[in-house]
Amino acid sequence: MDKVRTASEITGDVIRSYLSKGKRLDGRKPEDYRELIIEKDISKKAEGSVRVKLGKTEVLVGVKMGTSEPYPDSPKKGNLMVTAELLPLSSPRFENGPPKFPAIELGRVTDRGLRESGFLDFEKLCIKEGEKVWTVFVDIYSINDDGNLLDAANLGAIAAMRIAKMPRYDEENDKILYDELTNEGLPLNKHAPVSVTIHKVGDNFLVDPTREEEDMSDTRVTFGIMDGIISSAQKGEKSPISVEKFKEVFEMAEKIAKNLETKLEKALK
Amino acid sequence: MVEFKRSDGRKLDEMREIEARVNIIPNADGSAMYRSGDTIAIAAVYGPKKMHPQHQQNPAKGVLRCTYNMMSFSVSDRIKPGINRRSTEISKITEWALEPVVMLDDFPGQVVDVFIHIIQADAGTRCAGINAASMALAHAGVPMKDLVNSISVGKLDKTLVIDLTKEEEDFEEGEGPTDIPISMTKEGQVTHFQLDGKIGANQLKEVMDMAKKACDKVYGIQKEALKNSLK
Repeated sequence: MDKVRTASEITGDVIRSYLSKGKRLDGRKPEDYRELIIEKDISKKAEGSVRVKLGKTEVLVGVKMGTSEPYPDSPKKGNLMVTAELLPLSSPRFENGPPKFPAIELGRVTDRGLRESGFLDFEKLCIKEGEKVWTVFVDIYSINDDGNLLDAANLGAIAAMRIAKMPRYDEENDKILYDELTNEGLPLNKHAPVSVTIHKVGDNFLVDPTREEEDMSDTRVTFGIMDGIISSAQKGEKSPISVEKFKEVFEMAEKIAKNLETKLEKALK
Repeated sequence: MVEFKRSDGRKLDEMREIEARVNIIPNADGSAMYRSGDTIAIAAVYGPKKMHPQHQQNPAKGVLRCTYNMMSFSVSDRIKPGINRRSTEISKITEWALEPVVMLDDFPGQVVDVFIHIIQADAGTRCAGINAASMALAHAGVPMKDLVNSISVGKLDKTLVIDLTKEEEDFEEGEGPTDIPISMTKEGQVTHFQLDGKIGANQLKEVMDMAKKACDKVYGIQKEALKNSLK
């Protein structure tokens, strides 16, 4: 059964030997992302929605707004809820059923990138202190997995939040009027908390892997970086990285984040 | 009697604008998008492949397994991601709608998985899903006798109309709304039939004729999309 469909050993050898010369199978340099395409408003029912394509990897992200009571420890702050689903529709590797670790990690890592950066001003999401606040729901669905869903999901989340419009809130009847979107966007920082995931394949590093390349990845580190500040990070998978190498990774991430933000802004125009 | 006026100005037997495309998901063995007005469905097919879990294998014939779901942001009030009772039922209905045309004898012990997702909902999502799935199965090259075409016929007060929108589904005057989603093959073999509302047997006969005519149009559009993918 081809459930796992790991790239073959031979492909792996080729990928590694190319990388040792600073090259990749599709002609990119190790620090290059694939073409980024963002299609806006793919669902009219969402307050903001996008289709993001990174090469052949594709995700849909939608923002919905809801209201709820604030958490007791933050009576003046709104909430953010990020969930991700790895749809079986998007890859023969994914199965139906309750979310497994990769989907949970995807949602949580994306959540932290958005949350910790200060991208979203939670206090401006307060409707009435201690009683009513806005909740921003960001829902991510994979449509085609050709590697690097982590960064694609993050870019999609940023894009969907950027174009989202607040619905009108009828305070008297405690109802959200979804058909009456205001012109007001979400309270966001002008910079974007882009996610850069750096993969280690053999002794080399690369970003935005295709599925084949990601199968060869020994370990990865995902950074959330906004305006030059690293605000979240997570190392995934087992293989270790030396302290010295890790320092290189920070520099690489910082540089790539700057380029990626430019790329995102261009795709959003 | 005064001619019934539809809120979006369509004629009684006029369907919404349809857009159909195949080959939208590179990873899948077959895939399709079907849009009817503001309702958008996508479908992907994987297989025939080995049945997992193994105890569900049928050594005599293949199994068609459908999963229908709506994306959380496809409707105004966000729905919690994941399956619910409604989607579980529609998944099964979809399976029943499609199974008669799939030549299951050709792949005993194996399974064909069909995944349907609604990106944007404005009524008629199960019909759009079935239409997308039918195209995706053909696109995947799964052996089939025919395509399945699906449409919903509605009765607003006393008037029959085709292809209801959400606004029409919420119609509250007179006898209210009746929604009748129907799927059939080109030969007119009905593979799916549901009804919610109130209607007499005589009028229901009329409904079938309306549905057949609309399904023929859907068939033409599906076939065109499949042909275009070969160009």
